[in-house]
Amino acid sequence: MSFLTYLINGLSLGSIYAIIALGYTMVYGIAKMLNFAHGDFIMVGCYIIFSVSAALSGNSVVGIIVAIVLCTLLGVTTEFVAYRPLRGAASPLAVLITAIGVSYLLENIALLIYGADIKSFSSVIKWEGFSFADGQLKIQGVTIVTIVVSVVILTVLQLFINKTKQGQAMLAASEDKGAAALMGINVNKTIALTFAIGSALAAVAGALLCSAYPSLSPYTGAMPGIKAFVAAVLGGIGSIPGAMIGGLVLGIVEILSKTYISSQLSDAIVFGILVVVLLVRPTGILGKKVQEKV
Amino acid sequence: MNKITKNNLITYGIVIAAYIILEALMLTGNLSSHLKGLLVPMTYYAVIAVALNLCVGILGELSIGHCGFMCIGAFSSAFFSKAMENTLPTVPRFIIAFIIGIGVAALFGFLIGIPVLRLKGDYLAIVTLAFGEIIKNVINSFYIGIDSKGMHFTMKSAMDLEMEADGNVIVNGAMGITGTPHNANFTIGIVVLLISLFVVQNLINSRDGRAIMAIRDNYIAAEATGVNVTGYKMMAFTISAAIAGAAGVLFSHNITTLTASSQYFGYNASIMILVYVVLGGIGNIRGSVIAACVLYLLPELLRGLNTYRMLIYSIILIVMMIVNWSPGIIAWREKTFGKSGLLGLFGRKKEVA
Repeated sequence: MSFLTYLINGLSLGSIYAIIALGYTMVYGIAKMLNFAHGDFIMVGCYIIFSVSAALSGNSVVGIIVAIVLCTLLGVTTEFVAYRPLRGAASPLAVLITAIGVSYLLENIALLIYGADIKSFSSVIKWEGFSFADGQLKIQGVTIVTIVVSVVILTVLQLFINKTKQGQAMLAASEDKGAAALMGINVNKTIALTFAIGSALAAVAGALLCSAYPSLSPYTGAMPGIKAFVAAVLGGIGSIPGAMIGGLVLGIVEILSKTYISSQLSDAIVFGILVVVLLVRPTGILGKKVQEKV
Repeated sequence: MNKITKNNLITYGIVIAAYIILEALMLTGNLSSHLKGLLVPMTYYAVIAVALNLCVGILGELSIGHCGFMCIGAFSSAFFSKAMENTLPTVPRFIIAFIIGIGVAALFGFLIGIPVLRLKGDYLAIVTLAFGEIIKNVINSFYIGIDSKGMHFTMKSAMDLEMEADGNVIVNGAMGITGTPHNANFTIGIVVLLISLFVVQNLINSRDGRAIMAIRDNYIAAEATGVNVTGYKMMAFTISAAIAGAAGVLFSHNITTLTASSQYFGYNASIMILVYVVLGGIGNIRGSVIAACVLYLLPELLRGLNTYRMLIYSIILIVMMIVNWSPGIIAWREKTFGKSGLLGLFGRKKEVA
């Protein structure tokens, strides 16, 4: 029974990783950059929900909506101010270092506004959940909501990418930006839209993450962000179903290794997966192999 | 004397001049005890900045796990010093501690380099970050003790070492190593800095260094010209790790309680070093030393600045990258100031492509 509980907890954590990984993988697939600050968008989203809920005496629905809107704005602004000028820079390191800078900037702004102490975040999901087999197996409401939300997001995104004009434009821009521009696609707008979607997802992930693990600090988003990147790589970067699979696998591995091996070593195991994947199958589970051109 | 030698000598000159000035201030009693305590950290941050610049600026690969190598150097040397504290006299012990710290860090640099250097760019960065975290986590769960029967090792807890009564727990899991002898001082730190500068600057201006920079600028072209890409990447990465290990030895022999904490060895610390390297000029070794010293000392001395320090650094980091690298701004600069005019504040000597 306890194994089943851990498995479900793993699925829940994995679903959160999956939602974050979706943002990573879309941005990476189209803008070909690792948005190091993605994890910090989550943290920003959490703080917005925290503040708005506190101001409205516990109304978290408004908080979530405000967080999604502001995070979307933040993502688009960051892209416009910090990343767009560096598109086509001579060194690929330039934009990566800038992204690290943005990540640091967000963490330190949060540190100045809210301080370093850990805030306790009241869950946005009030539902208690189910209890099976005389309370031996409990599934919390937040777990169920997390899994459902991630499945819905995955489905909607898949439909959006494959069925709409904008989604097709994203696919085209990720294949070849020059050719896409020649076909009349506004590449800059498409990349901005990708950032908008990714950041909105980060806000959703933030709400779910802080509901499941209710402690909030300026560094809340950093680790989950990096782990979600591991998930995106594991599933195959650029692939939306891949991000989902990668996230779930990673969440389950993390919870199980925390329980059965050592909580101290669980991060090491998760990162070990990244190393193994990149050695054995660098394209990930569902990724495509891209031949390097001179 | 050619230009390269002259340039190298200027770098050594700056370091030695700074040493003489600070030492003179110390002897005449003009240095507060607070500032004195900052001198050794300043040297090891300069050393690791040099190491990271070799990796980022010369090899052209971003490593955000360099503090992991520092961690390895710190723990392996501190373990040796602690274990041999009563067996060996100070001078040979500290020298061997350096050899061990550097050697073990280089070994791990080599081992980690095998998988890591098959990757490029973003992937490489994130995997070095992953390794940095793995190193920290694994060291945090080590328990090693020594008693009359020899060495005991476990990953469970200090009780599980099952030692004799005379046993001595040396590495105590997350509590780390306590009571490493304080052998590091400012002079030794400066000597280590000078040696690492000597190694790196001579490497850059050697045949091997040119091969490494050729790989950085265009690895396909370098490979086609017959440069052993993997071999040279490995060489630069291992040397970089070894120097980071030397910084770790200084670190561990200057601190009473050595723990593998995020504060010193997490990726935030690694990014701090990256800030030094970027602000000093990527590929500019002298710049890294100056930036590391100035950026380390400034916020420590100006207490008011400390709160805003990281905020300011992150903004400078973003602005520097955009000003120096944005194709649009580069074109505008060339149009307005001519091709050579208005480099960044510290001026990059070598372009990274």
